[in-house]
Amino acid sequence: MTGAVALRWVWSNVWRLWFSAAILVLWWVLSADSTSTFFPPLQRILERLHALWIVGDARRELWSSLGHFAVGYTVAGLVGVGVGALLWKFRRIGDAVSPVLYFVYVIPTAALLPAIVAIMGIGSAMKITIIVLAAVWPTMLNTLDGMRGVDPLKLDTAKVLHMSALRTVRTVVVPAAMPQIMAGLRHSLQVAVIMMVVSELIASQSGIGFFILEAQQRFAITEMWTGIIVLALVGSVLTVVFIAVERVVLAWYIGARAVERKG
Amino acid sequence: MARPDPSVAASERAGDPVLSVRTLAKAYDAGTSRENLAIAEVSFDVAKGEFVCVVGPSGAGKTTLLRCLSGLLVPTSGEVRFEGTPLRAVPDRLSVVFQDYSRSLFPWLTVNRNVAVPLRVAGVGKQQREARIQEVLHAVRLGDVGRSYPWQLSGGMQQRVAIARALAQQPDMLLMDEPFASVDAQTRFDLEDLILEVRRELDITVVLVTHDIDEAVYLADRIVVLTGAPSRVQEIVDVPLERPRTQLGTRSSEAFGRLRRHLMELVTTSS
Repeated sequence: MTGAVALRWVWSNVWRLWFSAAILVLWWVLSADSTSTFFPPLQRILERLHALWIVGDARRELWSSLGHFAVGYTVAGLVGVGVGALLWKFRRIGDAVSPVLYFVYVIPTAALLPAIVAIMGIGSAMKITIIVLAAVWPTMLNTLDGMRGVDPLKLDTAKVLHMSALRTVRTVVVPAAMPQIMAGLRHSLQVAVIMMVVSELIASQSGIGFFILEAQQRFAITEMWTGIIVLALVGSVLTVVFIAVERVVLAWYIGARAVERKG
Repeated sequence: MARPDPSVAASERAGDPVLSVRTLAKAYDAGTSRENLAIAEVSFDVAKGEFVCVVGPSGAGKTTLLRCLSGLLVPTSGEVRFEGTPLRAVPDRLSVVFQDYSRSLFPWLTVNRNVAVPLRVAGVGKQQREARIQEVLHAVRLGDVGRSYPWQLSGGMQQRVAIARALAQQPDMLLMDEPFASVDAQTRFDLEDLILEVRRELDITVVLVTHDIDEAVYLADRIVVLTGAPSRVQEIVDVPLERPRTQLGTRSSEAFGRLRRHLMELVTTSS
């Protein structure tokens, strides 16, 4: 019985990975004899990657980027949930503020870059500002939406149980809106990673985005590729970590949905 | 006009009513062109320890009435007094059980933590809280399910959790809105008997809104029959069936049949 379960587990993971493995092998084989400047052999890319990022000190660039990302994403998440909750709580104020918010929301943050650089210079503050400015929206709008969608009977129940306004928010509204808040945070995560790189592409002296751009300008195409691969790995790790957190935070939701589906 | 004044009849019965409803009226969108009168005039009293059912044809504003009685909804005119005090918000000594347990329970909290919510609100200490949780779960005949989540339980068990949560703060009165309408027939019988036992053991006053006439006759000491919307009290029917009641014995008795027939006539003619 347990043997069969283990076998199924192994098999499902094999199935999950075979396509990725095939692509890697294909890339390795097809690029092996490549003489193209733009598509160097995978083997060479990986050797450079090892030399630069594992042995060498290119990691500095990564830490610099991740620092900005961590601060920017945290601020975006907190501000997004906070402002979303305030817009929900003070509906009439929200009605007045919303048009402005939506107006700012539709401006591509990349378009604001020159202005932000002009105002804030090219330091960390500018990079964090750009990340926050772009990443705050998905969380904010999802929080607002999720809180507005809380079942009115749950709010009646809160009243019937004599909950204070604060306790109602903590015990009922936030958990009930949590699936949507998490969806917002996940979207914000992706946006924050994108803006982390974008903020390093203009007027920057550090960061992984700077590394990639600078390598390309030096015509060090292999190095450029190593940066891109590291970036992809970092993005994947962040996503995996997020999903792990989500599984803990939304365990009740995932469980309830599974029961629902079974009928 | 030959109809007896229900409020007089009720006050004769009880010197000191737990719940007193006087000429209650509720209109939605009052004062606008869309004004919609849900309750025209409803008056009745509920004595301490009494089990009163409210029945009426569908769309008779039963849920609106219950929301007014619980303090969730402010009536357009008239007054509801709970233990002598006019209702402003939901009174401390009153608990409400809603029909849909899947919506009223908090799926992100375990059974224990769901039941603990009113105790936490009241600032009950941890040890007392845990003891009380065991007590009420036992009172609703729920065994070792405290660590489960509500959605891991059957519908009938979930409604038991909702009842346990309502009982946690030792209320004087339980207000129930079609509490057994979302479970299957067998579970429904079980829950009806459960609520009768709980009421006997805890000596609690119960007001239960239902559209099911059989259920009302089986459970109640008195039944308030509403007319169709806008609702008024059509008649208040005494149910002198002896207690304890049993599903088979009580429901097959002649007196049960007569009451049932009388109520059917009232409800079908008024809709």
